[in-house]
Amino acid sequence: MHRAKIQETGKQNIENNCRHVLLWASKKQDIMQNTPNKIEFNSQTLELVNKLIKRYPEGRQKSALLPVLHIAQAENNGWLSSEVMDYVASLLSIQPIEVYEVATFYSMFNLKPVGNCVIEVCQTGPCWLNGSEDILKHFEQRLGIKPGETTADGRFTLKKVECLAACGNAPVIQVGTEYHENMTKEKADQLLHQWTQENKCSHTNPYL
Amino acid sequence: MEKTLKYFSPDEVTAEVKKSGLRGRGGAGFPAGMKWSFIDKSNDKPRYFVCNFDESEPGTFKDRHIGQLNPHQLIEGMILGSYALGARTSYIYIRGELFYVLRIIEKAIEEAYANGFLGENILGSGYSLDLYCQPGGGAYICGEETALIESLEGKRGNPRIKPPFPAIVGLYDCPTVVNNVETISALPWIMNNGAEAYAAIGVGNSKGTKLISACGHINKPGIYEIDLGLPVEEFIYSNEYCGGIRNGNKLKAVVAGGSSVPILPADLILKTAKGEPRLMSYESLAEGGFETGTMLGSGGFIVMDETTCIVKNLLTFARFYHHESCGQCSPCREGTGWMEKILQRIEDGNGTMKDIDLLFNISKHIEGNTICPLGDAAAWPVASAIRHFRQEFEDHVKQQKCPLSR
Repeated sequence: MHRAKIQETGKQNIENNCRHVLLWASKKQDIMQNTPNKIEFNSQTLELVNKLIKRYPEGRQKSALLPVLHIAQAENNGWLSSEVMDYVASLLSIQPIEVYEVATFYSMFNLKPVGNCVIEVCQTGPCWLNGSEDILKHFEQRLGIKPGETTADGRFTLKKVECLAACGNAPVIQVGTEYHENMTKEKADQLLHQWTQENKCSHTNPYL
Repeated sequence: MEKTLKYFSPDEVTAEVKKSGLRGRGGAGFPAGMKWSFIDKSNDKPRYFVCNFDESEPGTFKDRHIGQLNPHQLIEGMILGSYALGARTSYIYIRGELFYVLRIIEKAIEEAYANGFLGENILGSGYSLDLYCQPGGGAYICGEETALIESLEGKRGNPRIKPPFPAIVGLYDCPTVVNNVETISALPWIMNNGAEAYAAIGVGNSKGTKLISACGHINKPGIYEIDLGLPVEEFIYSNEYCGGIRNGNKLKAVVAGGSSVPILPADLILKTAKGEPRLMSYESLAEGGFETGTMLGSGGFIVMDETTCIVKNLLTFARFYHHESCGQCSPCREGTGWMEKILQRIEDGNGTMKDIDLLFNISKHIEGNTICPLGDAAAWPVASAIRHFRQEFEDHVKQQKCPLSR
């Protein structure tokens, strides 16, 4: 009886601990989405992928995972569905789980659909000292969304990110592979106007 | 480089770098030549030389500058280091956000191949090397060398338990040396001008020059190459460097070596507790230990004027470390989140006096209890902010709001 009770308490403790870790993980990362969403690279992209794989010793093709995920995300409108990740796994001859565990770890990979143009606003110390909160608020007002949300027309997604390592020109935002530094509200308006005009897409193959 | 490959043996290059006194510029300040000498050359496993370009320490932006404006110097350094270590394949691991810099470096690598500086039989020396760039995926932790190696292998950036050190078991379980961009970029100058010339610059065990990324409330933010040993006061106020505090405001505090190092109030950053002028060097900034000193770290020099709320600034750092904790070790995974929550509470005016002690206590329980130094890096700013600015925390509690909020 006593022993059973101890076991029960132990089990509860483990469950509590697990719940804690899971809760932490789910807060930290978006949860993967299983939406039907397939891609296949064209021959030019496949050539690039093969070139990347050859940079690593034989049997170490998994090393190309991060570069290939960047390409896959760009080709899939800026996010990675589980089907896209399965495709990447097949390209690199690794298990799908090996891709999922990596994609959920790194903050640059979006696991839910995003808008056409993702605006990432740095919020860490040096940018904060130079007014990044005002810049973020300004984007929120202009776009009518909160960080993590996408505008109804699917054009813009707003994201808060941590240090982009351009602190000397704070505040800084990133859009695709572009950095925009020394941000002001006026500059934000100018950029938004320009991006709306040209229907800016931030998901382009970063290698090209 | 041509001179080195022709007239120096790999061990002589290592000896030269040792003699120069060059220390790791990524933050730890470990002597570079000594790190190289640990590499296991006893077996015929391939050896790897890896450049740590995962620059993500808040306040640090010097490596981007090198990669963007002078990638050839970095590539030359990579060739010299690879030659010294006997590496045949080397990688530059660059943070994924800096893809545009990656493209610049890859173009420079192509040029180097086209001109015979990379590839088979470099400049007829008999030495061959392949060099590649690899992007990260947005994770500060990959700046830790074993996490970087894991990431380069296509895995999550979870730091490994040391020992074994990468010099014995590194990339693909082979002997590996990981060095910072700035460290590697110093090699061409050292080999060209000689170790003595390099060691003649600087003071004490802080040899050579260092790039300082200066940001925050100064008139001239930017990257400055200084001779180590420059007085901090001159660096902040001279027009040659930061040009003083913006709007003629008073200096309140400085984080001297990237967000991880202890914050110091104005009086302690300008002068040590003994009253001596503080210098920009590894030793002088560390003078007084963590009680009254700090660290040179990565050279990320964040200046705050009198209008800055120390609690809010610390909150942004705490949120950063919470976000970037890899989650392997409980003290860091849980502790960074608790610290962020408590700081948010204090900043919002809902904190209690007990919270301040609790915060300090948590930081002390993280420090030293994790696999990698991210835990320490998260704890030190908290402990030092409470140590030097306790009054400001108490004011938040007493006034039930941020006394400096606009």
